[in-house]
Amino acid sequence: MARTLLAIYPRADNRYDEMLDDGGRVREHWRKLFVHLDAVAPDTMRQRLEFVDRRIQENGVAYNIHAGPQGEDRPWALDPLPLILPADEWKVLAGAVAQRARLLNAILADLYGPQTLLAEGLLPPALVYGQHGFLWPCVGIRPPGDIFLHNYAVDLARSPDGQWWVIADRTQAPSGAGYALENRLIVSRVFPELFRDMKVQHLASFFRDQQESLEHWSPADPGERPFIVLLTPGPYNETYFEHAYLARYLGYPLVEGQDLTVRGDTVYLKTLTGLKRVHAILRRQDDDYCDPLELRGDSALGIPGLLMAVRAGRVLVANALGSGLLGSGALMGFLPAIARRLLGEALSMPSVATWWCGEKPAQEFALGHLDDLVIKPAYPTQRFEPVFGRELQGAARAEMIRRIEARPHAYVAQELVNLSQAPTWSRDHERRLLARSVGLRAYAVATPRGYQVMPGGLSRVAGSAQAMVISMQRGGASKDTWVLADGVVDTFSLLKPVLGKSDLVRSGNNLSSRVVESLFWFGRYTERFDDTARLLRVALSRLVDAGREPTPELASVVELCVFAGIVAAEKAAEKAAEKAAEKGDAAAGVPVETRLTQAIFDSEADDSLAAAIRRLIWSASHVRDRLSVDHWHSLNRLQRTLQSGKARSSELGETLAFLDQVLLVSSSLTGFSMDNMTRDNGWRFLVVGRRIERLSFLSRTLGATLHQFLSQEGRGLEWLLELTDSIITYRSRYSRRPELLAALDLVVFDESNPHSVMFQVQVILRYLERLGKELGEIPPGALAREAESFSQFDLGLFQSAPEPACAALADQLARLAMAAHELSDQLGMRFFTHVDAVTHQTLAI
Amino acid sequence: MARYHVLHETRYTYGSAVSLSQQMLHLIPRASPWQTCLDFRLSLEPEPSWRRRGEDAFGNPVEWLAFYLPHDTLHVRAEMEVEVVPHLPVTLEAGLSREALVARLAYRSEPPLPADLAAKQFLFESPHVRVKHELAAYAAECFAPGQALLESARQLMEKIYMEFEFDPEATTVATPVLEVLEQKRGVCQDFAHLMIACLRSQGIPARYMSGYLLTEPPPGRVRMVGADASHAWVSVYAPESGSHDWVDFDPTNNLLPDTQHITLAWGRDFNDVSPMRGVILGGGGHEPEVAVTVTPLED
Repeated sequence: MARTLLAIYPRADNRYDEMLDDGGRVREHWRKLFVHLDAVAPDTMRQRLEFVDRRIQENGVAYNIHAGPQGEDRPWALDPLPLILPADEWKVLAGAVAQRARLLNAILADLYGPQTLLAEGLLPPALVYGQHGFLWPCVGIRPPGDIFLHNYAVDLARSPDGQWWVIADRTQAPSGAGYALENRLIVSRVFPELFRDMKVQHLASFFRDQQESLEHWSPADPGERPFIVLLTPGPYNETYFEHAYLARYLGYPLVEGQDLTVRGDTVYLKTLTGLKRVHAILRRQDDDYCDPLELRGDSALGIPGLLMAVRAGRVLVANALGSGLLGSGALMGFLPAIARRLLGEALSMPSVATWWCGEKPAQEFALGHLDDLVIKPAYPTQRFEPVFGRELQGAARAEMIRRIEARPHAYVAQELVNLSQAPTWSRDHERRLLARSVGLRAYAVATPRGYQVMPGGLSRVAGSAQAMVISMQRGGASKDTWVLADGVVDTFSLLKPVLGKSDLVRSGNNLSSRVVESLFWFGRYTERFDDTARLLRVALSRLVDAGREPTPELASVVELCVFAGIVAAEKAAEKAAEKAAEKGDAAAGVPVETRLTQAIFDSEADDSLAAAIRRLIWSASHVRDRLSVDHWHSLNRLQRTLQSGKARSSELGETLAFLDQVLLVSSSLTGFSMDNMTRDNGWRFLVVGRRIERLSFLSRTLGATLHQFLSQEGRGLEWLLELTDSIITYRSRYSRRPELLAALDLVVFDESNPHSVMFQVQVILRYLERLGKELGEIPPGALAREAESFSQFDLGLFQSAPEPACAALADQLARLAMAAHELSDQLGMRFFTHVDAVTHQTLAI
Repeated sequence: MARYHVLHETRYTYGSAVSLSQQMLHLIPRASPWQTCLDFRLSLEPEPSWRRRGEDAFGNPVEWLAFYLPHDTLHVRAEMEVEVVPHLPVTLEAGLSREALVARLAYRSEPPLPADLAAKQFLFESPHVRVKHELAAYAAECFAPGQALLESARQLMEKIYMEFEFDPEATTVATPVLEVLEQKRGVCQDFAHLMIACLRSQGIPARYMSGYLLTEPPPGRVRMVGADASHAWVSVYAPESGSHDWVDFDPTNNLLPDTQHITLAWGRDFNDVSPMRGVILGGGGHEPEVAVTVTPLED
């Protein structure tokens, strides 16, 4: 066996090591993991790291799914080694976290109520009245059960003597619990045996507590089942992934502000079938953005009138509006006395020494000891990164001092904690443990039995051995947190809850209009992407076959691509090339090859394949909670394929192979839509969207092809069949070279061919009828009329007078394309339009 | 004593139909030791789908309205009869100096005086009021060391009155107070915000007063600025100076309000007490027409 991992694991004299005791021995609760790691083959660990990375990438665990123009998400690293905490230590820790949650809740109840803390001088009014986070319109509101703080998170750090300290409180809409869950689902698969043998406590009961508590306090009328939604600011929020992930896990619809409306003092979800009362809102949107009528008037994300519904006790908002107030580090120094006053208890876990500069002696101390302190904003609404006093030199130091002196109440100074270190698995070495600073974010949820603490949490490690700050943005990583059980592990899982008969839900009638619109467009964009890829593949394969000699067939296909707007017209391409030439690039004529490659990879071009992929992923992100995990994985893969394809785009063969791959992904996307999505009205709109898009594409391209036939006879029909994916069918039916009549019959009139024009029409009509049964009749308008004229088309004309026949058919196809567009607009106006309308503030003096 | 009839009309004519409208009104005059509301009527066109009356966090009466049917216009007509009793004169030289008040308001870990605590609601920044050293510096010359703070407030009011020009075109409700300070122009809301910002930057609690002025002055007196619209002025926390802890100043007219000012509401700034604040869906362009008429009543 190789030398032990401990041989080169860096020990630290001046800080606590999570794995090793003072004598350098592996602590009891780490032993099983350590022994395993010490014996494991490097290859196995490498495979595990790859597994972790793949899962993360595939789950799209990224801060922001819209990170950059190329969509280059930066998935955060997950270290496979968990942070391990023994049962007895955890009990103490969890007790302290629960106590702190209880305390902060009591403070909120006091500050939005009688304000005795201010009257008795236990808290400076500047930290309440002086904070933007103190929401005046919320004064006097008493939430159900007097619970303001449903979800609480706390950032903890361990000092060299082994004591845990509170670094920061999160009371607004604490994030990260979803990531903790995600980490668990991955890491428990990396070490399945250890996970079981070490008796690691499961997380599911924490989320069950969350569900039950929200239901418990929901102000439902007798006989009503509480309807709970998760409110997100939308896909542009940096933790949107988590919102979607949690909504799915908890089984709540993921809604945005504009999905909700207040009538009187009741909150409703706008659904396809009407308004549905909402009893509780799990809020992941900052409170001051929640009601433009009474809070920030410039918020377009809010729900006008929400506060009135809260005031009337008709809706539960968790956390209560106004709870963000307590995220201020300036409060920490006052908590021990407040705990004695409000709870009659001593504070179990200390906060890191924090001086609020609004008090003169504290300000003097802070400025006098700048080198040993971290300067942080006093209020969570100020957004600046913590500044280390010792890193401040010269002008920067003078500037900071000036700022503190000018607005002392806006700053706190916090003692530097020598964070404990935990082992991480090196990615750069064969087999090595690295020591990294570690911090733990713990979570508590309010329940009728008191605060319950998640047995685990989000552990975060620094990016380098020297890093003083643990920050995902600065290259840190996260870890799963294993809390060991001293008894039987509760193996409850939310993934398979036991439901009674009354819980059975068959199809979603809670579809918000916005989600339905997004599904409709998701359907359209999926198809548009597929059509674009298919057309480009036909063109590119003709180019490869043709070699350097252009063929008439190639010219036809390229012409079609130009007509469809996918490939730049020659003149436009030349213009662009001239522009490039002015900048000194080589010019003179743009080869077809270049134009096609651009049409594939140039994400700036409006109708390129890259743009189609971007639109597809964008629309998918809006319905993320409706897509299966595999479905989302495929989309992620598509994005990666695009990036790697672009890198190899200089080779035509490679690009062709790329298009093959893309079409493979496309068919798997279709498979997921068909196979994995429930057949509710949302799905029906998706199908209608998809069919409208294909109908429009087919009508337009076939029409253009017919015109080509009229002007230049005899160009290949082969590629037309290839484009419509009908070539196999054609060959099996006719076993001969494609001929006009037979080909047109197959791709236009044959209702059994899923790629024919009439097939699209029939599907759309059928689905509209089905939707009409629930939503009220949807007149198909021109579409039905145009379809009728197709059934009367005399195919014999193609034998007797092919040219007029082609012209007539082209006309009919053009009218059909128009009808498809009209239908799309009509559906939008009837079912989605109110979605576009944005509310705005009015003021009169 | 004076009695007034006030008519405050607001008319929105929307460019396109409004399908949903929610409004919050601060149009009901609040009661105070020197003011009584004898009668109040609110007429609305169209009739609201839903309404509720209540009180805000600062004790002002509020009316919430919601309209769920499409409408092209909204007409709000508030009519009231208000009685105001004289509460002047105040002795400006009496009472605390700024230094004494600031020292008294400083936080100590002991129970503060209830009035001081209440006043601190109006000591810090609020959406329209910044607390910055530029503002403290602008006001500094009015605060001679040891001078009674009411006298300093009067000098500040006079300074603003002298140096600023009334100009309805210069600002909007969104113009930041530092910009007003720079361009030296604005309307009564701006002057009130500026004076409040200066006072708070000097450590003195000050609140924003929303209300009305007599439209036609008594014979022989000049017509005051801001009389055809709702008006705004300032109230300064001055304990130990007289009967009511708070003394009003009107920087737009350079005078201490008495029976010619009718109070609707007070708050930290305009944002807390805008007479009519709403959120609408649809509407297109929508500048409101506002008309205020204040008529004295004979007993």
